[in-house]
Order: sequence, then structure tokens, then C-alpha cells
Amino acid sequence: MDKGLSLRDVTIRKNGAPLLSVSHDIAPGEVLTVMGPSGVGKSTLLAFITGTLALDFQATGTVWLDGQDITHAAPHQRRVGILFQDDLLFPHLSVGANLAFGLQPGGSRAARAAKIAEALDEVGLSGFEDRDPATLSGGQKARVALMRMLLSEPCGLLLDEPFSRLDAALRAQVRDKVFERARARQLPVLMVTHDADDAQAAGGVVVTLGE
Amino acid sequence: MKYLPILAALLAPVPALADTDPANWDAVTAAADGQTVYWNAWGGSTTTNDFIAWVGDRVMADYGVTLEHVKLTDTADAVTRVLSEKQAGGNDDGAIDMIWINGANFAAMKEADLLFGPYAEQLPNWAAVDAEGKTVQTDFTVPVEGFESPWAMAQVVFVHDTATMPDRLGSMQALQEWAAANPGRFSYPQPPDFLGTTFLKQVLVDILPDPSVLADPATDENYDTVTAPLWAYLDELTPNLWREGKAYPATGTAMFPLIADGELDLSISFSPGAASTAIANSELPPSVRTFVLDKGTIGNASFVAIPYNSGSKEGAMVVANFLMSPEAQARAQDPAILGYGTVLNMAALSDDDRALFDALELGVATLSPAELGTVQAEPHPSWATRIADDWMTRFGVSE
Amino acid sequence: MNRRNFLPVLPILTLLAMLGPVVAGLWGTLLPAFGHLPAAGLTGPSLDPFRGLFDWAGLPRAVFLSVSTGLLATGISLAIVMLITAGWSGTKPFRALERLLSPLLSVPHAAAAFGLAFLIAPSGWVSRLLSPVVTGWDRPPDLLIVQDTWGLTMTAGLIVKEVPFLLLITLAALGQADAQRSVVISQALGYGRLTGWLKTVFPRVYVQIRPPVYVVLAYSMSVVDVAVILGPNTPPPLSVQIVKWMSDPDLAMRLGGAAGALLQLGLVIGALIFWRLGEHAVARIGQRWIASGARGRFDPVVAQGALAAGAICALTVLFGLVVLTIWSFAGFWGFPDALPDTFTWRNWMRFGPGTLEALGETALIAVTVALAALVLTIGCLEAEYRFGLSFSARAVWLLYLPLLIPQTAFLPGLQTLMLSLGADVGRGPVMLAHLVFVLPYVFLSLADPFRAWDTRMGTIAAALRASPNGVLWRVRLPMLLRPILTALAVGLAVSVGQYLPTLLIGGGRVETLTTEAVALASGGDRRAIGVYGLMQTGAALVPFALALLIPALVWRNRKGLRHG
Repeated sequence: MDKGLSLRDVTIRKNGAPLLSVSHDIAPGEVLTVMGPSGVGKSTLLAFITGTLALDFQATGTVWLDGQDITHAAPHQRRVGILFQDDLLFPHLSVGANLAFGLQPGGSRAARAAKIAEALDEVGLSGFEDRDPATLSGGQKARVALMRMLLSEPCGLLLDEPFSRLDAALRAQVRDKVFERARARQLPVLMVTHDADDAQAAGGVVVTLGE
Repeated sequence: MKYLPILAALLAPVPALADTDPANWDAVTAAADGQTVYWNAWGGSTTTNDFIAWVGDRVMADYGVTLEHVKLTDTADAVTRVLSEKQAGGNDDGAIDMIWINGANFAAMKEADLLFGPYAEQLPNWAAVDAEGKTVQTDFTVPVEGFESPWAMAQVVFVHDTATMPDRLGSMQALQEWAAANPGRFSYPQPPDFLGTTFLKQVLVDILPDPSVLADPATDENYDTVTAPLWAYLDELTPNLWREGKAYPATGTAMFPLIADGELDLSISFSPGAASTAIANSELPPSVRTFVLDKGTIGNASFVAIPYNSGSKEGAMVVANFLMSPEAQARAQDPAILGYGTVLNMAALSDDDRALFDALELGVATLSPAELGTVQAEPHPSWATRIADDWMTRFGVSE
Repeated sequence: MNRRNFLPVLPILTLLAMLGPVVAGLWGTLLPAFGHLPAAGLTGPSLDPFRGLFDWAGLPRAVFLSVSTGLLATGISLAIVMLITAGWSGTKPFRALERLLSPLLSVPHAAAAFGLAFLIAPSGWVSRLLSPVVTGWDRPPDLLIVQDTWGLTMTAGLIVKEVPFLLLITLAALGQADAQRSVVISQALGYGRLTGWLKTVFPRVYVQIRPPVYVVLAYSMSVVDVAVILGPNTPPPLSVQIVKWMSDPDLAMRLGGAAGALLQLGLVIGALIFWRLGEHAVARIGQRWIASGARGRFDPVVAQGALAAGAICALTVLFGLVVLTIWSFAGFWGFPDALPDTFTWRNWMRFGPGTLEALGETALIAVTVALAALVLTIGCLEAEYRFGLSFSARAVWLLYLPLLIPQTAFLPGLQTLMLSLGADVGRGPVMLAHLVFVLPYVFLSLADPFRAWDTRMGTIAAALRASPNGVLWRVRLPMLLRPILTALAVGLAVSVGQYLPTLLIGGGRVETLTTEAVALASGGDRRAIGVYGLMQTGAALVPFALALLIPALVWRNRKGLRHG
């Protein structure tokens, strides 16, 4: 297939011992949920896809994104976006500057500012450009992190237990927002979680590791 | 074959870059303009440091020479430096262009061919130097021969606080008795400090019935016999010294604060005017006076020498010449500045220049030339070296 | 591509900058120690230099002073710090003491030593304040306090400076030792706070602070500037005597000095081994003590004593700076007046221009060296991060090596070697020599915060399509601004305080505030010493203040970085 994220015969070993094996294609707009207890290597799989696998892991197999083999590409050239359970907004940058960090270069200052304002508007945070990220609520931070990632125009999206830090009410709201945005942009999504609700909300294929 | 002469010319030793002839003063000042002179001089006295800074301003204004004062704790450091450079083949543009020097360090450098010269007697201001009346052509009995130029005269004086010690002492024996009656109130700088070693020599010169033996180099045969009275004297004195001789002031200037605090009643100095200067700087109480012994005290000249590998010899000669100028000499003698004795012959000066000296207030604690009395000659440096070494073994490692 | 190739070279370059001069210097010491100095026409090997060394009548006392000073200063300051931490960590008095001691860490040793001398000499400020009413003295007593034969004042001068150092090191180690919970548990079991801490936390903390403790031991045994100011002189400690020999015009003395330098190295190694054996002995006694189940009856008394000792250290340095300040403004100040007759700007007018010149030289060297050390350190840590290199526990000891080998053992050799290579003395070589001592401190101070940075930030930034250099410059370094500036300040303070490298490698041409201040010690002009000592302290202290102030200003609207 051309579009989408494909894991082909991916096997990850830790110091020689097999940890996990996955082979799966994720079509644009689809979500693959990887479940399993902690320590099973869910995050390791994401690290392999982002190109940040630690040295004591060895991986075989290939990762394809929109028809390109990105297995050996530099992390910043893969065009894979990721969200972690923590928002990980850059604490030294304002909300607007965090979004500008994600926004692809090019365009006039005014055009860029407009895009950022639009992005904030989209998640109900209009006028938050100059705010210190540390002063935002958990749900607000999660939404900024999402928009920052989307502004970088990724071709695929990885979610590393992205909602586990949020309380129940907020959780559904943020989760819906993420999936809605991903679908709107036709992104293939790979989510790892240990939460069945998340898996259900994703509505896609569920792979369970460690069994 | 016709190339042989050229080849021979190429192989001939390249003549070293010739130094400017000191006698050609115009050439010297021309070459000096723009040079930087690193003057290695003891840096423990702030008054001296201030004076050297003033010299730097003046030679910069008049000759375009930049003077950098490299502050030493011990002149021997500079000697070592030149020696190391010579061993390493650093024969030009060494780190040192001028050294404040005399005595054993001069003898060592002269003997090892580490000095540039002769130059001193070619300097224009040499004409007014009192070569007859002052010991400027021998340095601790070693002939100077123009390898260093004088810039100050020094003579041992005893410094006492009349508030606690009203009377002067006439001899080293009197000092011994006074110290026994007033334990802990006298000290001298720790040899091999220059002034500390001078104190040892002063003791020897004063207690020997005939000190003339000291004019010749010490020999293995006569050294023990001649110095025996000195060690007996010190054995008796040491328990009555400040801190019972378990610690000594590092230098002469370190003793002034001790007098100011009342720790010491009596000390020595190599500069007849230094006490007055210190009173003016509120470093000594106004009750301080100076005295010399009945038989007189040791005196000598301070010199500057130029290392053979200096890259700024002309600049150094300009500074050396300026130091002998009436302007610099009068300033150095001013007790508010330095209080050093002049090397100039007053009779050889113009009326205007002499007026500079006449205008000086010598200060309450400074003795007049008449009161300073007889100047005793420095012993041959071999005595000082051996005595200082011996002192370190006998008293410098006391338990 | 070329950047990728450049970065892995940095760790090697760093090791070379740190250890190269040490190894070269030791080599330059070893040859003359065995009579081999071809430049002087002497060829070895011969044992004459050692014979000369052992003939020196002052040697036993000099060796004794070196060893006793090192062991006493290290033992006492370690005991004070451990007992304070055990008895008080987490309490208000502890916070207060920590705040008081932290800035004192950067006060140069020489300034602290001058301050101590001005305080406790028979004519010092303490004696002046108590006289004549309390003591009855109307003139200073003839007591051997400063420069005492046993080197106790010198030891005290080292202790007041090492206590803040060890305390801050211990604080850093506490975070990783899970101390609080252990203390709570042992208190629940009926142990006193101090005994509980010593029995449960101390073993873990000590393992972490062991290298710096060894550094303190090696440093205290071979210190020169503090010994020149406070130490005895009849004879002096071995390190001072080595420097004297090295600067004697008689070349044979230089051979003896090299032999002395090797002896100094041997003494330090011996003392480190002795200390290591002592650790085993303490461990064994400790195990018996733990097994005995003693709950710590005397805890309150011991804790009070330790706190008092720590406070005395802090106050000594603090009041030392106060008395330096008073002297720098003093007119005539006779004994036993508590204060000078007059205060005057005259001293500052007189010495101010000289100190400014020295300050310029000091700053030029310190800024260059500290920046170079910072670049190398960040390069190493970034290479470690990007290429997954890791420094093993053994490699960490390499960092401490330049600090464990006594300066007096390799700097004289380095000077001789550089001369024979024709390398010009002056500012450049002095900077290289400073780098040897600055690098380890900068590295040690930055490594933990740099490694503690959440690498998911890097993943996120890369996912946002920032290149590795973009991540470094736009995310990691700005986030680490405060620890980076602190490391820079540490580097500046270390460089400002260097005495022996500046003196020996600079050949007297490089005059920093420290060399000028120590040179003034021999003249005893307390007004000049006051001015220079304060300027020296300021040069070391101001960067620390800036390291606190700048991030607070730059990130004043960034709550997330306020504790970074």
C-alpha cells in the first residue's frame, strides 16, 4: 500500500532476548491500538518507530510511512508525530512559541501568527499565545501539545498512553479531540495503552502484546 | 668552484642581532620607543609598587616605553627564570627585561654570564652618580663593572617605638641584654630573606673584634671559627625573640604592622627613611624613631640589571637611566614616597636639581646623613650565602 | 555529516586537555628527580636528588605537617558535615546553614585564609574586641597562633573552606540515597534522628561522596597558598618547600624539589590508601554498632555540637570577609581598638587601579577557560546522549584524577617541560593549566542536570522535525540555562582561585588577583591585602550571583523552570 504506516516483520530484542514482534499496516485515518501490561515493550516499539531506540535493544524489520522506508532515517526526518502521557510542552517557551516550534518554517510572520491563532482557536484556547505553559490546566496543556504536533504536519501519529494522566471527565474530551483531528487529517495512528476504554474509543484494531 | 665563496658565506655563523651600543644614547632611545619592559622587582611593599608605577608613567610619557612591574616574592625567582631560559635555548626575548638585584643574586648571574653589559657607566645620568663616596662600583665586594646600575642607597637602621622602648641601643651586645629583659618584643625577617640575612651579617660585623676577614671569600678553613660567635649569640637570643623564634616575619615590611599593633618594640629596616614613610601612611604610630649602632651599620646599594636575553634592552636602559635621574632620585628619597637614599653626588648636580633634594622634609624618624654615621661594608657574598644556609639548618627547622 | 564526525572527538579532546598536562608534568618531574636534567648538563639516573632531600633537616617535620594537615582537615570537616546532615537535614536550621554556606563555597581559599588570620592572630579582631576589658591585654600577647608549629591554624583555615564544599556535595548525594524514608523508618523503630541517619543513610551517601572526599584529602596535603598565609615556616609543609626549591637559583635544588614532588605524590597515595583502610575499619566498627541496636542517647548533644561547629565555620569566613573590608577602609588602627581611628577611601584609591588591572587579567583567563570547559563538557555530554556512549564508574575516576594528583607533583615538571619545548610562558599556557582543574569541576557540576533532562523532550522536538543540533540549541540548552550558568560560575570561581598554576606556568608575567594577593602576604600590608582579598572574593562570587539572577530574570514568566 502507498499511504499509511506499515510495520513489516518488526522484532525487537533486548540484549538478544526477543521482546516483541509486530507486523501490521495502518491505513490513513485508522487507529491501531497496542495493549499489554507495563514492561512488555510497548514504548520500545514507539522508540523504534521514532528512531530513538536505546542501544541495549536490537530491532529487525522495517517501518514504512507513505510508501517510504524510514527505518534508518534520522528521527527529525521521519515525519512521525508523537504524544506522551505528559504534555512535554517546552517550559522555556510561551504557548505561542511552543506552537511556532512545531509549525513548519516558511511564510510571513503574520501568516505564521495567524496559523497559530487558528490552531489555538480550534481547541478553544484563543488568545493563549503569550501564556506560560506552566500556568495551564492539564487539559489545556494536552490540547496545546496536540496542536503543536499537528502543526508540524506529520504523516503518522504515535500515542504513548497519552490520556493516562488526565482525570476521567477530561480524558474522554481530550481523547475525542485527538482522534477527531487525526481522522480529519487522514493520519495513521498507532496508540499504546493499558486502558481498555482508550482502546474502545479508538475503534480500530487492537493488538495485545505479552500473551 | 666559483660557488664556494657563496657557500662559505652561507655557512658562516650568522652574527647575533647586535645590541644597541649603550654609548650611542640617541640610538638607544630611538630603539626603546614602543618597547615593553618587564621589570621583575620584589612586590611585597606597596610603597615600592606605587613608585614603580610612577616610573612607568614617566618613561611612557618621555620615551614611549611601557613598564610592566612583575611582582616577585623573592628575587631568586627571576634568576631561576633566566637560567631556565638559557638552558632551554631561549636566548632572545626572555620573560624578564630588568631585575631589581644585588648581592648574591647579582654575583650568581654575573658569573653565569646571564647579564647584559657593561652598560651602566655609559648611561647619561651616570655622570652625577657618587661613584667615589658610595658603594656603587662594588656590590657585596663583587666588582660591578657596569653590569648593573645603582638606583638607591640602603643602610641598616633599627626601628623602635619610643612609647614602649624609649632608649636606643649602642651595640648588638646591648640588644642581647635588652631582649633578655624584654622577651618577645624583637624579631627579624626569616632568612634567606634579604633583610633577615643582613641582620645576621650585622650581628657578625658588630661582635667580631676584626670584621675585615669578611671582605674575602669564606673558606672551609675559616668559616666555622669566624661564625662561631654568631651562632652562640643567636642561641642566646632566639628564646627571647617574638614567638620564641618559632615563627618569623616573612619580610622587613611585615614587621611594621607588628610594631603598629604593639607586638614588637624593636625591628630593623634597610631603608633609613622607611619608618617616616610608614608613619605618613598611618602604618606606624608617630612615636616610632630609628637609630644606628655606635660602630655604624651595614650599607649597600640597590641596583637594576638587564638579562642577556632581554628583547627590550634599550627600553630597560632607558628605565635604568631614568631611575638615576635627579627627578626619580629626589622622589625616591621623599619619605612620603619611598624614603630611599640617593646614589647621586649633590655636588655634581645643577642648582635646580639640588633644590629638589633640599626641598625634601626627611621626616621625624629619619636620621640625617651625619647621624647615620659610618657605613660598614657588606661582607663578601659567600659569607651571606653560607650563613643563610646554616641559619636555615640551625634555626629554620626548629622543632 | 562533518558535525557528526566532530562530536565524538570531543570526549577524547576533553580527556587530553585534562590528563595530558598531568601526565606530561609527572614525566617532567620524574626525570630530574632521578638526576636527569640534560638542559643543565646533568644526566641520570642517580639517587643524589633523593639523598639531598633526605639530608634536609626539616624533612621529617615537613612530611609530618603535610600528612597531619591533610588527615585532620579532611577527617574533621567530613565529621562536621556528616553529623550536621545526620542531625538536621530537612530542618529549618539546616536550611539556614545551607543558605549561609553555599555562597561561601566560592570564596577563594586565599581570601578565607587572610580573613582567618586577621581574626584570630594575637592582634586580630577577636583579640581587639575582647581587649582590654575581657582579657586585660593592652598590647597583643606573644602567642604563636598564626603560623603555629603544628599547622593547626592552617588546618583550621582548610576546614572552614572544606565544610561548605563537602556539605553541598552531600546535599547532591542525598537526593539519590532515599534518605528521608530511611530516617522516618529508623525513627519509627525508636532510633534518634542522628543515629538513625548514620546507621541507614551514611553508608550509601559516603559511597557517593567518596571521590570528593579523596580530593579534599589530596588537596589539603599539598595546598600552597593557604600554607603560605597560615602555615608554619620553620620548616614549612612539604609543598611550600618544594616550591621554594623549584625557584632557587641553584639548579641542584631543583633536582631536590623534583624528588620532593615525587615524595609528595607518594605521601598522597599513601594517605589515600591509609584512608581507604580506615574506611574498612570504620565499616567494621559501624556494623558492630548497628548490631548492638543502640538508639542514640547522645544524639541531641552531638547534633547541637555539629551545628555549632558548622555555624562557626560559616561565621569565620563571613567575619573574615568583614574584617578584610574594615582593613581595606582603615586609617591608623592601633591595638586594642575595636575599630580603626578613621575610615578612608585612600586604600582603595591607592590599590584600586592595580586590582582592576589584575581583575582584567583574572577575568580574561577565567572567562576563556570556563567557556572552553563548558563547551567541552556540553560536547562530551551531548556526544554521550547522541551516540549512546556511557561513562563507566571507572571513567568517572578519570575526572577526579587531576584533582587527586597533588599540584606540587606535576606543575613544576610541566613548567620545566614547557620551557625545554620552547613553549612561551604567559597567558595561553596558564589557561591550559587552569583548564586541567576547571574541567573536572564544570563537568561534575553539569553532568547530573544534563543527564537528568527528560529525553522525551528530545523525542518530541525531533518528531516536530527539529534536527539534533536544533534540539540542543533550541530546547535542551535553554531549558538547562540555570545549571549551565551555575557550572560556568563554578568554572570561573575555580579559575579565579588558582595560585600555583598561575605562578609557575605564567612565569611571573601573568598577574591575577590571587597571585597578587598571595604575594602581598609576605609584606603584611593588611590594607592592601584587604583590598585585594575583597576583589578576589568578588571575582569569584559575582558570577554565582549572576548564575542565580540571570535565569530568574530570563525565565521570570516561566514557572516550569523556576526550580530547574
